[in-house]
Amino acid sequence: MKEPQIIVIGNGMVGYKFCEKLRSKTSSFNLIVFGEEPRRAYDRVHLSEYFNGKTADDLSLSTENWYQEQNITLFLNNPIVKIDRELQKVYTANGLDYHYDILVFATGSGAFVPNIPGIEKEGVFVYRTIEDLDLISGYAQKAKTASVIGGGLLGLEAAKALIDLGIEKTSIIEFAPRLMPRQIDAAGSDMLKSKLADLGLQIHLNKNTISIEGDGRITALKFSDDTALDVDMLVISAGIKPRDELAKACGIEVGPRGGIVVDQKMQTSDPAVFAIGECALYDGMIYGLIAPGYEMAEVLAANLCEGDKTFTGFDMSTKLKLIGIDVASFGDNFITEPDCRTIIFENKHKGVYKRINVSNDGQYLLGGILIGDATAYNLLLQTSNNRIVLPENPEELILGARGGSEPAGGAGITGLPDSALICSCEGVSKGDICSAVADGSCENIDDLKKCTKAGTGCGGCLPMVKDLMTYTLKSQGKYIKNVICEHFNYSRQELFDLIHIHELKSYDEVLDALGKNDGCEVCKPLVSSLLASLWNEMILKKGNDVAQDSNDRFLANIQKGGSYSVVPRVPGGEITPDKLIVIGEVAKKYNLYTKITGGQRIDMFGAHLNDLPIIWEELIAAGFESGHAYGKGLRTVKSCVGSTWCRFGLHDSVSFAIQIEERYRGIRAPHKFKSAVSGCIRECAEAQSKDFGIIATEKGWNLYVCGNGGSKPQHALLLATDLDSETCIKYIDRFLMFYIRTADPLTRTATWLNKMEGGIDYLRNVIINDSLGMAAQWENEIENLIAAYKCEWKEAVENPAIRKRFSHFVNAPEDKDPTIEFVEMRGQKRTAEWKTV
Amino acid sequence: MNEQSNWLAACRVEDAIENGGVCVKHGEDQIALFYFTRRNEWYATQNECPHKKQMALSRGMIGSTTDEPKVACPFHKKTFSLSTGECLSGDECAIKTYPVKIENGTVYIGTTPKS
Repeated sequence: MKEPQIIVIGNGMVGYKFCEKLRSKTSSFNLIVFGEEPRRAYDRVHLSEYFNGKTADDLSLSTENWYQEQNITLFLNNPIVKIDRELQKVYTANGLDYHYDILVFATGSGAFVPNIPGIEKEGVFVYRTIEDLDLISGYAQKAKTASVIGGGLLGLEAAKALIDLGIEKTSIIEFAPRLMPRQIDAAGSDMLKSKLADLGLQIHLNKNTISIEGDGRITALKFSDDTALDVDMLVISAGIKPRDELAKACGIEVGPRGGIVVDQKMQTSDPAVFAIGECALYDGMIYGLIAPGYEMAEVLAANLCEGDKTFTGFDMSTKLKLIGIDVASFGDNFITEPDCRTIIFENKHKGVYKRINVSNDGQYLLGGILIGDATAYNLLLQTSNNRIVLPENPEELILGARGGSEPAGGAGITGLPDSALICSCEGVSKGDICSAVADGSCENIDDLKKCTKAGTGCGGCLPMVKDLMTYTLKSQGKYIKNVICEHFNYSRQELFDLIHIHELKSYDEVLDALGKNDGCEVCKPLVSSLLASLWNEMILKKGNDVAQDSNDRFLANIQKGGSYSVVPRVPGGEITPDKLIVIGEVAKKYNLYTKITGGQRIDMFGAHLNDLPIIWEELIAAGFESGHAYGKGLRTVKSCVGSTWCRFGLHDSVSFAIQIEERYRGIRAPHKFKSAVSGCIRECAEAQSKDFGIIATEKGWNLYVCGNGGSKPQHALLLATDLDSETCIKYIDRFLMFYIRTADPLTRTATWLNKMEGGIDYLRNVIINDSLGMAAQWENEIENLIAAYKCEWKEAVENPAIRKRFSHFVNAPEDKDPTIEFVEMRGQKRTAEWKTV
Repeated sequence: MNEQSNWLAACRVEDAIENGGVCVKHGEDQIALFYFTRRNEWYATQNECPHKKQMALSRGMIGSTTDEPKVACPFHKKTFSLSTGECLSGDECAIKTYPVKIENGTVYIGTTPKS
């Protein structure tokens, strides 16, 4: 018998979720999907991240092969234009027709565009699809001012996008007297408005736009109060409009203000036709959030597989981060006295507004609003949804307990019933999560996401999912230990101490004494790093070379194509003309590409493995030494020119930078670390983005620690002020040894501090007040490391056994790797692209 | 074992690197030779990592997972079984492996791949 055929119109998030849910339940049904957009379903909730570097591919919900693997026929760029319900056929724009047994509308919604004169002008956009975003970002290049009509959730997102695109003046026009009128009250709106104003957004409330001015292209907006605003572009985000036009045209019942009318089973007025997501109107309401859309998809998929599920409305609580500002509402957010009692906390200084609505008998939480700080959201939502009896002082739920005690009553995750819905996107309850952990199938968050799907939608519940996981593991008596790999049943810190106590000096000794089997690419570099941090011996001796990561093994950074780069140390970024000439000559002689690095030195790329020793021999002869650009250790100490030349400089930052770089050069650590010294508060050396940074003051030096650039920038925190040079170095000694001894593998100082209980206050206590009593030992240890320093490239070129290993072919030591290819670019060479497709 | 008619004299045992790899030139081809001293085993595989087509496996770290001997490519840490060539990082691609024998202190690689 032929399988019944389901046709889904619309390939948005809900349409995709329906396919996924249906296929997870059954492989029967021929499933055909028609999408009008040119790409596979993507994550519209995080659409604005498209402007922060996410690509269309990153946002895609499925892989390219997914539909094929699931035996689903997908037509993109192919809208349905007509439906014949008698023949049970749909007709595509290119004239083909397909029969259906079951038809599913997942057409979603379009932007609601108010009928303002001039709306058709060039420079007016909506904010809905990736194509819209491309159009906006193209036009934004030549725009200096922009407005968004609509101060709701999407409007604010759109405004943020415009700021990200570099528009100098962005404003929001809202018809209502407050922002986000569906979610927050007037006081919350005031708080949000002042925070947004701080970010440079102009907010105009109570504004009714009556016309869009301009000759073909928008130049200004006119309002009903006779005011006007000059703008170069406009984004309309005044709400959504269900895409019900096809349904309406074929006679299916739609609501008076739009939306395909459905019952609890998502069935429309035609029993063979269903509607889910933002195009569906249930009980007079359009559900414009992702979680209820997914729930509708689940209900329909289950019922098609002989299930018996119903949709009976959905909790519209939301939590989001708008332009870095937490905004949340839950439960009955607008209920007021005398139907409830409200508790309000407002801190204008920090921009925090919290309101909770409590039942008149003080027993239950009915709803609330959070602006500026929504950390309590998950717990409040659960307390409200599960009708958990409130503690005696419910204000502690939003203020935190004072006097050091935890809030009383059943407010924590332990007090939640198993039925509490934790992930509303995927419908995962506390019981689902805890039992997945308890039965042993998941012991980390990735497993848990795979197995329960919790936290894979908007991700807002992840902190609570993690807490539940840790709580369940702990309650089973499981000690969550950070072991290195299958060969060593220790954490890095434990292994550090054990190697120290047993005075082990090579990887093989460590493996024999403390590990098992043969080791691997995880424990080998880790142990090698510990050995180097402890003893600071030449890292390629004692057979340790094969236990080093590739870069350490060849004392150079392997680059695309298999060539290496060479970076001599240039302490503090100070270099003589003669040494510059040497670098130029060496680079020319060995045909190397040269580039100035971010750390004030010069990188030479494209060296063959065979040439490394001879290149270094020449550099060493000219007075250079290894720059350890390849190692997990000190990279550079950047400096500004300081008081020797600069008219603002307070101290000689270059001399201090050189002193520090030469002090810590070659010391291996859990990860690389960087430093900088600035000669005054203008901070030209960017010391506050470094693992430790020093800034001159009138009285001495300020020491900052645990900053980071890179993908997650973090400002360094002030550890101590107005230090003399000697004390500054003493504190850095202690800081570095504490880090080297206790950080997890491949953890930068910023992450190390973030995980540290007590944070910077605790660190300050350890470093300055010596609260652990370790300072003297650490200072002693680092002195030993400093005394043991030798340039490892000098040792390598002078040791024939080590030098021999710098050849590509064991049976043709003179031959270089013939597969390395370079091409020309701007008068230098560059490496050829990866050879894969 | 398949029949090997072509044995390439790769190097002397003392030229190989203990618990590591060297690269052997075989005409236009490159073969990675590993002396897994800890297990007293020899392995040979193609030198090219199939992931990004880099001539790099001989410079990778070797080790084991459960009891399977493996090598990790230095570029992106894809790991491959030294005995079967199978990719252990969940990818489709496998590498060629070659038989190795030692005679009178010389290491020979059979140049017809095992798989």
